[in-house]
Amino acid sequence: MHAFGDHKKNLSQLALAILVVALLALVPACGSDYYVSLFISIFKYTVLTVSWATFCGPTGYMSLASAAFLGSGMYVTALLGDTLPLPLIVLIGGAASLLLALVAGLASLRIRGIFFAMFTLGLSEGVKGFINWWEISKTGRQGRLVISASGTTVFYTMLIILVMALLTSYLIRRSKFGLALRSIGQEQQAAEHIGINVNAVKLITFAATSFWIGATGSIIVTQWSYVDTQVAFSVFYSFMPTVMALFGGLGNMLGWILGSVVFTILSELLLTPFPYYYMLIFGIVIVSVFLFFPSGLVGLVTRWRKA
Amino acid sequence: MIVLEIVIGGLLTGGIYALLAAGFSLQYGVARVMNVSHGEFIMLGAMSTYSLYVALGVNPLVSLAIVGPVLFPIGFLLNKLLFQRIRKLAGSGDVFEGWSMLVSFGLLFIIQNIALLSWSADQRGYSFLAFPISLAGLRIPANRLVALAVALAIGFSFFLFLMRTSLGKAVRAAAQEETGAQLIGINIRWMHCLCFGFGASLAGLAGVLISTMFTVSPFIGLPYTIIAIIVVVLGGLGNIIGSLVGGLILGLVSSIVLHIEPSLELVSLYVLFMLILLIRPRGIFGK
Repeated sequence: MHAFGDHKKNLSQLALAILVVALLALVPACGSDYYVSLFISIFKYTVLTVSWATFCGPTGYMSLASAAFLGSGMYVTALLGDTLPLPLIVLIGGAASLLLALVAGLASLRIRGIFFAMFTLGLSEGVKGFINWWEISKTGRQGRLVISASGTTVFYTMLIILVMALLTSYLIRRSKFGLALRSIGQEQQAAEHIGINVNAVKLITFAATSFWIGATGSIIVTQWSYVDTQVAFSVFYSFMPTVMALFGGLGNMLGWILGSVVFTILSELLLTPFPYYYMLIFGIVIVSVFLFFPSGLVGLVTRWRKA
Repeated sequence: MIVLEIVIGGLLTGGIYALLAAGFSLQYGVARVMNVSHGEFIMLGAMSTYSLYVALGVNPLVSLAIVGPVLFPIGFLLNKLLFQRIRKLAGSGDVFEGWSMLVSFGLLFIIQNIALLSWSADQRGYSFLAFPISLAGLRIPANRLVALAVALAIGFSFFLFLMRTSLGKAVRAAAQEETGAQLIGINIRWMHCLCFGFGASLAGLAGVLISTMFTVSPFIGLPYTIIAIIVVVLGGLGNIIGSLVGGLILGLVSSIVLHIEPSLELVSLYVLFMLILLIRPRGIFGK
């Protein structure tokens, strides 16, 4: 009876998810260009945050490599241009990012705590520096022109990537993998003793989640027309997923999504009336998150309910 | 001859690196704040020196005596009002380290944009002692020599302060063993604020020197923060003396790379940094 109830709950959750995606798919048909680009922005940060948090949330690793993954995806599109069909380019962008995550993860996932954070920050800046050097010495230019895609194309591609990223995260979390990740976060040695291949679990999750960050980079860069390393590997992309996930609540997927959506809308709302003070206010918002919402939005709601 | 050139070039860069890393090391080593906005204090020091020089004709060496004391209370209060509160909310030390990094990232935006609003995004520079001096057959810009001399003087007096004074001893004790330091009667929260203030102050002093050699803008902060992180990892996280030595070593490395392939300087530093983290995460002097 209990199992049946679970099944029923799962089914209704699935139905709700499909309904939300179907409604989102209607946005380009009903909304203006402004809303299309707003939703692209929301999708982008949600993919970044969910992918970041799927690995970093349960394990306690603080990765600042998101910019490296996103930027690599962008440069794949910039390099391949119109030589291949766009969907293929997006997949290659994801694969490039996955490859980078595999190499970096293989080297670094045994270091922990703040060292891992610094390593991944160094990785983002290092990849940026390397591509910058390559571009200037081999092509003599600092930036590249990028093929452009229509807002609608970008919107639907991002929607697909979002659904895939959420699905990846959901499947990882409810499988034995998710359990293994949580036990690594709580006590790595104990996890090893009960027979979890700690390194493989960490590496596979780190790489799998970074695939969608790379794919996102590959498609959103087509909105711009020009890209250089400063924009593509901006340190902003490394820190924001972390802030957004903590803002929503690190413990569950709903928190990650909520954090990204609220934060993206908030920054959009600030941008228009305060073009000059926008980044300043943004800084204040980030600091305030830690002062006033240390347990995240989801934690806040739970506390209200208890009170 | 080439060796001499590389060594002198390395010292010139390394002296500044050591200075800008010492402040960062102090903030992390004692207050446990991974301060990503460290470079913004360097930027503030550099931009104010520029303005003081251009608007009032204040000699940059005099600015040292203005910037250092002004930034100290700012750093002190930041730790007291912001980071100590965050530390309490974070609970455990590991969580605080991660959070402090993110909070200081927010701080980076705040400081950088206040600077942007006051100075605009333009690259600015002024000419200070921009004539060459012949030294052992090499021609070196006078401002770089002065900057090195000042950096070494500050670094050395700071070293003496740490080793010879009782306050310096307390700082080292707080960095090594927080509980133990408290047991012998050191007020640890006061120590945290003090070291954060010193860190901001040292960053500002490094900024003053940087403005005498390079053009400055509100965006120069982050690259210097990254350099500080690299130096501090090289010298051992939390090892304040190690970061002074680490700065000189990093200066030497970048001087060597500059001779071989100038455009790879920054990349080589990152590679070195990642290798150190992988091979000797406790730094080259670590156990």
